[in-house]
Amino acid sequence: PAERKRFYQNVSISQGEGGFEINLDHRKLKTPQAKLFTVPSEALAIAVATEWDSQKDTIKFYTMHLTTLCNTALDNPTQRNKTQLIRAAMKFLETDTVCYRVEEPAALAELQKNEWDPVVAWAERRYNVAIGSSTSILGPNIPASTKETFVSQLASYNMWALQGIEFIITQLKSLILSMGLIDRHMTVERAVLLSRLEEEYQIQQWGSVAWAHDYDLCELRARVAAGTLFVHLCLESSTVKHKLLQD
Amino acid sequence: MAVLGSPLRTLRGLLRELRHVGGRAGRPYRNTPAYRHIVAAFRAHRVTSEKLCRAQQELHLQAATYLCLLRSVREHTALHQEYHGKGERSPEEVAGLVGFRLPQQPGGKG
Repeated sequence: PAERKRFYQNVSISQGEGGFEINLDHRKLKTPQAKLFTVPSEALAIAVATEWDSQKDTIKFYTMHLTTLCNTALDNPTQRNKTQLIRAAMKFLETDTVCYRVEEPAALAELQKNEWDPVVAWAERRYNVAIGSSTSILGPNIPASTKETFVSQLASYNMWALQGIEFIITQLKSLILSMGLIDRHMTVERAVLLSRLEEEYQIQQWGSVAWAHDYDLCELRARVAAGTLFVHLCLESSTVKHKLLQD
Repeated sequence: MAVLGSPLRTLRGLLRELRHVGGRAGRPYRNTPAYRHIVAAFRAHRVTSEKLCRAQQELHLQAATYLCLLRSVREHTALHQEYHGKGERSPEEVAGLVGFRLPQQPGGKG
């Protein structure tokens, strides 16, 4: 069900053997697969607890992005291992939003050049790779060495963080923008704007329809913000050493 | 590092969002784990001045990210309630959504 009634008064966190747990009154929160909900970071537990405490009369699961991310990390419902997750993430590089350019209309092509070129340049510098951009329908030709570098980088992250990164990439349809977020090079608002550049351009031309545009924009921002926070909290030094994250 | 505005502004925004979220009846928002954690973190790093060191900038960015999350969820929920949560609308309401009014037809469609 999309919603159910709030059935608990108090939300609190506690520290168990495996990490931090969420208590709904006297009940311990479980994942969809009935595992004990445990997270390696206290700050993450607090943020999850806040999601549960924010619910008013009904529990709106579709707004609880951090809880969902933790459930995915704990249950791994798609049963993907690290290699598969990395492969899924890397697929997006071949048609990365910021590399995939239009030729017309000229104003949009110009906007893409002005807004996206600096991000590509940043990624090339930061990772010492060649990426480029293309107007071809096939997208840019990413050198094998570039792919190897990114595969290596993604492999260096623990499983939880990697789940989060793959999530962000599927939302933004861009590996490069996602790396920009992970590396703290840009804010969520900026990353989302760059991901939605063509939509924003059309909105400027034709006007905005709140129930579609703003709705999508807010939803994307919420998901990407949750993903980013989730990844950073899973990468923080004390968290990284945590048993839960060793795969 | 991402360019952000004033840390104080971020903190105020965050605390405002937490107030919206609110604790359950009888529990003021200041007494929630989230509020305490954020205030303690900002105090510990003294993230309110102009010049920030790297650790402070990272904390500020994390705070800004959380602020974005809270704000976007609130706005999205409000839009959902407004446009998607009301069930079937009458023809008059639907016309009104796109700025039209239904014509008056006292004699019926004829």
